[in-house]
Amino acid sequence: MSDTPLKQPAPALNPRAAAKLEGLPIIIVFFVLIGLFVGFAPTVFLHWPIYNSFLVTIPPMMILSLGLTLVIAAGEIDLSFPAVIALSGFLFAHVTRTYDAPWLGLLAAIAGGALIGVVNGFLIAVIGIPSIIITIGTSFFWSGIATVLSGGMSYTLERLTGTAINGILSGTVLGIPSEAFWALGVAVVVWFILNRHRFGEHLLFIGDSREVARVVGINTLRERIKLFTLMGALGGFAAVLLTLENLSYFPTQGQGMLLSALAAVFIGGTSVFGGTATVVGSFFGALIIGMLDAGIVATGVAGFWVEVIVGLVFVAAVVLHIGIDDPARIRQLQRRLFSKA
Amino acid sequence: MADTNPNRTYEHIVRADKLSVAFGKVRALSDIDLAIGRNEIVGLIGDNGAGKSTLIKTLTGVIPPTSGHLFIRDQPVDWANFSVRRAHDLRFETVYQEKSLGEKQPLWRNFFVGRQITNRFGFIKVREQRRIANEILQRQLGFRGVGIDADSTVAKLSGGERQGIAIGRAMHFDADLIILDEPTTALAIKEVQKVLDFVRRIKASGRAAIYIEHNLAHVHALADRLVVLDRGRIVANIRPADMSLADLTLFLIDLQKTKIGAAA
Repeated sequence: MSDTPLKQPAPALNPRAAAKLEGLPIIIVFFVLIGLFVGFAPTVFLHWPIYNSFLVTIPPMMILSLGLTLVIAAGEIDLSFPAVIALSGFLFAHVTRTYDAPWLGLLAAIAGGALIGVVNGFLIAVIGIPSIIITIGTSFFWSGIATVLSGGMSYTLERLTGTAINGILSGTVLGIPSEAFWALGVAVVVWFILNRHRFGEHLLFIGDSREVARVVGINTLRERIKLFTLMGALGGFAAVLLTLENLSYFPTQGQGMLLSALAAVFIGGTSVFGGTATVVGSFFGALIIGMLDAGIVATGVAGFWVEVIVGLVFVAAVVLHIGIDDPARIRQLQRRLFSKA
Repeated sequence: MADTNPNRTYEHIVRADKLSVAFGKVRALSDIDLAIGRNEIVGLIGDNGAGKSTLIKTLTGVIPPTSGHLFIRDQPVDWANFSVRRAHDLRFETVYQEKSLGEKQPLWRNFFVGRQITNRFGFIKVREQRRIANEILQRQLGFRGVGIDADSTVAKLSGGERQGIAIGRAMHFDADLIILDEPTTALAIKEVQKVLDFVRRIKASGRAAIYIEHNLAHVHALADRLVVLDRGRIVANIRPADMSLADLTLFLIDLQKTKIGAAA
């Protein structure tokens, strides 16, 4: 490289970077939503208990959304995490009850989730089956296994009341539920993996184009197996948080989470097409999804309307994000619609 | 480092000896013998499906051959250990047509992907990568004042600029062999000129290149030697000085006729 001095040194601060704060639109939506809730139901939303319950109920779903953000960044999808919640939750409950060893149970839950992930990753990357297909299959299989092993019964874990594991994973710190800190911790780690680690960069390139990723020397097989393994392990951890929160295990736990966790990622602004993703977006997306339910009911709208409103928010958010990411697409659509009319 | 030390002297940067590739029953390459000198620009021409892409993919570790030998800097290559990453280590770089850059990724990622500057935990030193990317853009590629910096995504670049980025990346990593797969296809004339200038920089900097090109005029003007592939075989080795562009065109048309004759 030549050493000719540059007349203009490279600008130290990129103005675009400042204007493009990650997840800004969804953060605004989040605060507007809080504002609306406070406006319509001040008796509920001006007091701590509702926020306390959000901080207990949202974290397991948020951890799943964070893992899914990486999966979707790589242009893949994982629909098997509800089965991980079922099976890992069972492993945790079973080990805890049989051996009285909840920490071993935590390890078993995470290892079980990771194993499901390895199998998914192998079938997807090595055999070459599209992830949307195979994770539907493995989802049936593993939730079936969970039902068989548990005999379809729910287990109570009252014995864990007051134990260390319950305090650390599901207690309170300074009056705030510990689950919230765990979810925040996972969010920070996932952000650094995606944006600053070699592995995250490989996922982004794989999502951008698998062909390009291969050509630049990325081991697309190994990285995708690692990805699904990580997703499985996060699912196992989320399963333990969920089981501890209720202090009981039931084989159908996690079934309601499929759409919520996915919706959180897409509301957050992660592209369906892979290659770009926002962890901050998924974080606030999960908060929004988690709050809508209780929030809508508290404002006095009948509970039947909850899903209608969630659906509207979802579709509006995805369209909004496409408009922000790719204004040309909106203009093109406009032209096409009006020229035909 | 590599046992095929890039710093020792050598006659040929790469030499293929009876290299064959088959996909099932289809023979994509048959008995390819090809040697490329250390500062030679070799133009690779041939019809679609002649085996050009397969040949360069084999040379760069993307596709393993069915049989044959490969020598890099006169040293034999062990196929079991040969991969894209290994080819990178041996300072081979490929500029694939539309396939070597991540569209949605910023240039600072595209320059370093696969060879990131990281700490020992694998975290990327973003600031350093960004600074070097900006230096390459401004000094090596002359992208000054065109509104492109390390944070631009590839999607914002023109076709010629993309090829420039890929070539700049290859030069930054000190590639000794740069492989260009139809870099001027689908480019406007002004953009083509940029790319041809980038190729001249490769020659001037003492490196070797394999240049796949459909446009005979471009390759005839730039290459030291032209290798013609047809149905997986090398059918001619031509020095541009010995054959005019018009004769070359006629030669290739004749080749087409025999192909049609053979098929009938």
